[in-house]
This record gives sequence, structure tokens and C-alpha cells, in this order.
Amino acid sequence: MNYMMEIVYLFSSVLFIMGLKGLSHPESARRGMHMAEAGMLFAVIGTLVGKQIVTWEWIIAGIAVGSAIGAAMAIFMPMTAMPQRIALSHAFGALAAVLVGINEYIEKGHLGEITNGLMGALGFEVLFGALTVTGSLMAFAKLNEMVKGAPITYKGQNLVNVSLFFVTVGMFLYLIFNPYDYAIFYTMIALSFLIGVFIVLPIGGADMPVVISLMNSYAGLAAAATGFAIDNKVLIIAGSLDGSSGFILSIIMSKAMNRSFTNVLFGAVGTPQVDTSKLAEERPIQRIGIEDAKFVLEQAERVVVVPGYGMAVAQAQHTVRELSDELEKRGTKVEFAIHPVAGRMPGHMNVLLAEANVSYDQLLEMEVINPTMDTVDVCIVIGANDVVNPAARTEKASPIYGMPIIDVDKAKTVIVMKRSMASGFAGIENPLFYEPNTKMLFGDAKNVMQELVAEFKKV
Amino acid sequence: MPFSIDPIYILILAGFVGFEIIKKVTPTLHTPLMSATNAISGISLVGSLVAAGSDHLTGQVLGFVAVTAATINVVGGFMITERMLKMFRKREKKS
Repeated sequence: MNYMMEIVYLFSSVLFIMGLKGLSHPESARRGMHMAEAGMLFAVIGTLVGKQIVTWEWIIAGIAVGSAIGAAMAIFMPMTAMPQRIALSHAFGALAAVLVGINEYIEKGHLGEITNGLMGALGFEVLFGALTVTGSLMAFAKLNEMVKGAPITYKGQNLVNVSLFFVTVGMFLYLIFNPYDYAIFYTMIALSFLIGVFIVLPIGGADMPVVISLMNSYAGLAAAATGFAIDNKVLIIAGSLDGSSGFILSIIMSKAMNRSFTNVLFGAVGTPQVDTSKLAEERPIQRIGIEDAKFVLEQAERVVVVPGYGMAVAQAQHTVRELSDELEKRGTKVEFAIHPVAGRMPGHMNVLLAEANVSYDQLLEMEVINPTMDTVDVCIVIGANDVVNPAARTEKASPIYGMPIIDVDKAKTVIVMKRSMASGFAGIENPLFYEPNTKMLFGDAKNVMQELVAEFKKV
Repeated sequence: MPFSIDPIYILILAGFVGFEIIKKVTPTLHTPLMSATNAISGISLVGSLVAAGSDHLTGQVLGFVAVTAATINVVGGFMITERMLKMFRKREKKS
């Protein structure tokens, strides 16, 4: 091995680690990213100079096409489409790993140099890579509403998935000891592609944050396996960082939903069990109009906004910020409470609100805001449902029982902006709407917000 | 090639480093974190380059597609991370 090369890769690895470290605070994040970019540049130039490159056409073409597509996506994709973009990029990363794996298999196969260890690495690489490619594409299709977002289930689904998985893993184990069985190798890849599709089919839109995080982790693991297969340490390190990042995010997301991985993957959301028909009869909801809402807000000293996926769908983030500006002008303290699984991917709400120019120190985590919730005068819930559902605290029968929620019901007044009384994604009724301190403001989130802002500007 | 334990050391230690660092990433930046780790794992570009630059067609074609896919992630990933991070600003409080 070329020592120069190894030193360049080591340097790149250090820059990657320092780059990710920068993300611990918004202040240092951009500097961190510049380090990571420099690391990537060094690694690529080092490879081109130090490795055996005999033809250049394909490399130049690939870099040109990839840069054009990547840059176009980065510049033109709206922030609301970010979950789709992230899902798609996991597919691309995994695809690269699969192809490098296949190429290595063919090349070493010709030379008769596939050891059991190499086969283990290659098998892992193509197996995880392939299921990440199709799994991420399915997630992309669901997020982009090309496939319906609701869970797609059929009888015996888990049995099919589990047996498919075991057959594929069986092939993998067989290959480790019989690496030259080409037919099995390619069948295993085909089955892995299938697993990716099947595994995401039964997962609903609200569970997407977990799926995206998990795919992030798998794409990283596939990259790390590539590093094992082609004996490249920077790949192992970068892949391992990516893998652990995705893993941590999946844990955070699962915890925020009070569900285990297996539950998200195999247990499509249960049927709603809270009987609210009775509730609705006994305690009617209270509506509120724009003018009254303004009046309530005017009296408030502390307002907390709780956004959810509905805000993203309505693209209401800019109008929300305008309302917050109007309130602040009047001396009201405005904060935003972000539930970890609000939206369709980790940090979704934060990005949208940052895009709308909300200062990042106004974005508070659930754990920070909850203990102070009873001092909040008005809480505005916009496009969020399950993450503020008090049934998670009280109703043992509810499918979301035990899930940590933002305790909006403890605020003095809650204004819920909602299109209609339809229940949330999971079809779970929300007792919050019937609480005596809850006022319902019906309509499209953006329109309602606009009217409210206009009402404030009137004076 | 004799079996070497080194890569396993590297994998596990890097995993621990990753775990400790990522744990400290502020939840506000979780989306940029995903796009950043995505760009970084686009380092599989390094392997793709070697395949695309080889002297036989299969490697070149597979390598070409892999280089394209990995470059999309590297270039696109870093650009979009920068675009997002630029938006995270602290507003000066006007009196």
C-alpha cells in the first residue's frame, strides 16, 4: 500500500470527524462543513493521483453528470421537498456501493481471488446496499405521493417478509463458503431489492422519520462494507460515521414515538381504540373565529407555536413567522415547540422555520418546553395532531399510549388550527379538541394564518 | 490476502467516535446532519473512481454509474447542507 495515499485518507477521515463535530451548534456548523468538504476533495484528488487509473473518459463523464444533477437538485429543490431529497440520496449512495461491490466480485472472480472474508464483506455490501436502494426509492415515492402514503398491508405480509429475509440471509451464508456460485450471488441481489420494496410498503407516512433514519444507517453500513471489500480505510470510517448517525437518529425517532424498531417495521399502526363518539356527544367542541383568536392572542404574554406536518403541507411557515413578528412587536414572547417526530424526517420543522427566518434560539425541544407549559398563555397548534394528543398520557388503550407529547393542554388557552375534524394520520381521535380550554380554528393553515396576520395589521 | 483484523478495529472505533459526536448534535440540525453524513458517505466515490478508471468495459460502465450516483450525493449533499445551514440564523433582537 502506498503510504502517501494512506496519509491523505487519514487526513480526510479526521476532517470528516471534525466536520460532524461542528454540527453540535449552528454557529460552528458551516465551518465544520467546510472541513468535511476539504476532506472529500483531498480524498478524491489523492485517489485520482495515487491509484491505478488507466482510462479517464468514464470518470470525467460520471463526475460531470453527477455534479450537474447534484447541484441542480441542491439549488432548485424547495425546502418542503427535503424529506424526498434525503430519501433519494440514500438510494444513490447505496446504489454506488452495490455497483462497486458487483464490479469487485466480477473482477476478483476472474482472478479467482475471492476469499471467504472478502465474500463476507461483498455479500454484506450488496445485500444492505440493494435493500437500501429500493427501500429508499419506496420511501421517496411515498413522500412524493406517487404511492399512497398509508400503510399497504395484506394477509400474511410479515410471514412473507420474514421468510424472504431468511432465504436471502441463507444465500449470503452459503456464498461465504461457495463464493463462485454466480447464480446465487445475483439471485441474492435481486431478492435484496425485493426486500427493500416489501419492507417499506406497510410503513405509513407518520413513521417515515424512522424509515429515513434507518435507511441512512444502512447506506452507511453498505459504504463501510465497501471499505472492507476494497481494503479502503477512509470508506470504513466514513461509512461507520454515517451508520452510527443513522442509528442514533432512528433510536431518537423511535423513542419519540414510544415504539421499537421491530414495531415500526413489522407492526403497521393499530386500529384506533379510543371511543370518542361518546366523548363528542358529551363535550362539544368550541370554535373560534379570526377576530376572537386575535383578541385572545393580544392578551397573551407568552405564546408557543407547535407546528406539525400540516404546516409543511400548507407551506404556512412564512405566514407563521409573520404572525410571530406581529406578536413580538406587541411585546409578546413567542417560542416554537418542536416534537422530534413532527414532520416526515428528523429536524423537518426546524429547517422549514429556519427557512422562514425564525431565529434558531426560538426553536425549543419538547423536553425544554414541557416543564414550563403551564405558564404559557396561548398555545397555537398548527398542522400537528398525534404529537399533542393527551391520550398518549392517559388512555392506556390508545395505540399511541406512552408516546412523549408536547403538553399543550396545560397551557391556559389552546388554539388548534385544522382543516376539519378528521383525525390524524394514524386515525386516532384527539381528546385535546374537546378540552374546555381548546378553541378550534378551522380552515387551511396558511389561509387562516394570513387572515390572522391581516387582522393584526388592521390596527 | 491473509485475513486482517485491522479493518474491524477501525470500524468499531469509528463507530464509537461517531456515536459520541452525533449524540451531541443539536436536534435543530438533524436534517442538515442527515444530508451531511450522506455527502460524507459519498466517499464510496473513491471506490467508484477506481472501477471507472479500470481497463475493462464492465468495470467502466458499472463504475460510471457508481461515480455518477456518488457524485450526486457528494456535490448535492454538501451544497444542500450549506444552503440549509445558511438559513439557521440568530436574529438580533430589535428593541
